[in-house]
Amino acid sequence: MNAKTTDKVWTSVLYVIASLVVILLIYLLIVILYKGWNFWDINFLLGTSSDTQAGGGIGAQLFNSFYILVLTLIISVPIGLGAGIYLAEYAKSGRFLEFLRLCIETLASLPSIVVGLFGLLVFVTMTGWGYTLIGGALAITILNLPSLTRVCETALLDVPKISKEGSLGLGATKWQTIIKISIPSAIPQLITGIILAAGRIFGEAAALIYTAGLATPFLNGSAPINTPLNPFNIFRPAETLAVHIWKLNSEGIVPDAQAIASKSAAVLIVMVLLFNLCARLFAKYLHRRFTGTKRKSKFIKRPL
Amino acid sequence: MEYKKRNFFLIEYLGRILVTLCGLLMVVITIAIIVFIVSKGIQSFTQNHISLFDMLFSKKWSPNDPTNPSFGAVIFIVGSILVSVGAVIIAAPIAISIAVFTNYIAPKFGDKILKPVLEVLVGIPSVVYGFLGVTLLIPLIRNMVGGVGFSLFAGIIVLSIMILPTIASIASDAIRAVPKDYLEASYGLGSTRWQAIRLAIVPAAKANILTAIVLGLARAFGEALAVQMVIGNTVKIPKGLFDQTVTLTGILTMDMANTMNGTAWNNALWTLAMILLLISFLFILVIRLIGRGGKRA
Repeated sequence: MNAKTTDKVWTSVLYVIASLVVILLIYLLIVILYKGWNFWDINFLLGTSSDTQAGGGIGAQLFNSFYILVLTLIISVPIGLGAGIYLAEYAKSGRFLEFLRLCIETLASLPSIVVGLFGLLVFVTMTGWGYTLIGGALAITILNLPSLTRVCETALLDVPKISKEGSLGLGATKWQTIIKISIPSAIPQLITGIILAAGRIFGEAAALIYTAGLATPFLNGSAPINTPLNPFNIFRPAETLAVHIWKLNSEGIVPDAQAIASKSAAVLIVMVLLFNLCARLFAKYLHRRFTGTKRKSKFIKRPL
Repeated sequence: MEYKKRNFFLIEYLGRILVTLCGLLMVVITIAIIVFIVSKGIQSFTQNHISLFDMLFSKKWSPNDPTNPSFGAVIFIVGSILVSVGAVIIAAPIAISIAVFTNYIAPKFGDKILKPVLEVLVGIPSVVYGFLGVTLLIPLIRNMVGGVGFSLFAGIIVLSIMILPTIASIASDAIRAVPKDYLEASYGLGSTRWQAIRLAIVPAAKANILTAIVLGLARAFGEALAVQMVIGNTVKIPKGLFDQTVTLTGILTMDMANTMNGTAWNNALWTLAMILLLISFLFILVIRLIGRGGKRA
């Protein structure tokens, strides 16, 4: 075989591999949606789940997933942003910075089950809370902090130097420059990064099994906030949607466990795709707005 | 207009202290995780007097045997290694092909279609992968090969799809970083595109591609639920690809809740968690060594 034929053969092989990966994803998505067909049924989405009888819903699990997501973002975004600001603006290269980077790298590569077990030790046993929503939220905060920090750091580093220098030249302090110039112009990247992180948080299960638990009390909106029955009490056990799928698969004794798992998987995938789509559209919209391609922006124009 | 006097120095320093504390918090969390897991993990050696040698080299795992319990971790370590190495063997060639494809063969198709596809693949939660494994792959294996279907092979396939995007995106960055001069110089010497890719471009990106593969391996090693759902979870060394086995992460997800805090069984599980932690440090070390070697070359 001469070199030209080899070139053609391998080129086609690469085309085949690339197409197969695309086909694989489409196939997987179709299977999930097909098996979980009718997942949008309101009785399923909002219904209460049952451990023994068929026809249960995922209302509580869905609520828990969103609640944990919100809690996690409330805790992790300020810390991630703070650490990002530190790395992008203040950190001086040296031993400490190197050590900090090593720590972030270590945190980022920890298996999520290890973080879950750490949560079990600290947020469940040591504090004496037992399985709680807040414990789960703290565990996934640890899981997501490294990537959030990285997102914030790169977003802030991408802010053009010229805007920062302009601000400093007008007599603003460094902190004022960060708050009034850097963060506003980094907002598109920050929001995109946060939405993508939200998608990951929504699907996380391994770190939650031993922190937020495998059960949800029978929720009742009118119960006092300090009882486990109140949905907004952060010190109650909470099984999220992703954990629910795992539980149905490993120890589900409901007759329609398979059907519920299929529909839950479909809901989870649709949510993740939505997060993905939102991040994309939002980034596009903000980019257009901030670069002023469509209408005049009140923010600083980025140099091209 | 009344000018409100503010102490800018105070705000300046408070802000600085605040963000520095956020940075410090990351260090504190990392050290806390290591300290807590390790101090819990060594209890089986200090309290229950299980010998480290037995733990690392014994294949016998019968922690609930009342008379003669044994705590060999070999099966779990071997199971984890087999399944993650298997996944990398399948995923790495495909991922590198995709990286080459998006950069040199069809950049438009790669950018517009393959990249979003990989991003969605990354976004699919691991329980959904596990669920797909159970509903699609297991029946398929059962029909084609026989047996129960839950097997090492199922774990390898599920994991290889999960780590494919990780390896592909980092390898793609690595290949993109190779200067275009390499391609042009190869063309100038009369090579075909494939010869340039195989002999000049991929070798030039070797160190970073290796990093991508190690990261994929690390992710596969630490993945818990997807593997646990399809691998069968029988505590034994698998006799073949279609035999059942169990991983470190799998035994941790299943048994931690069934054991009483402070018992030898529970402590042995924490030791397994410690081993998992130490192995993930090993991966970081390897990546750092590759990075250093790459810089020197």
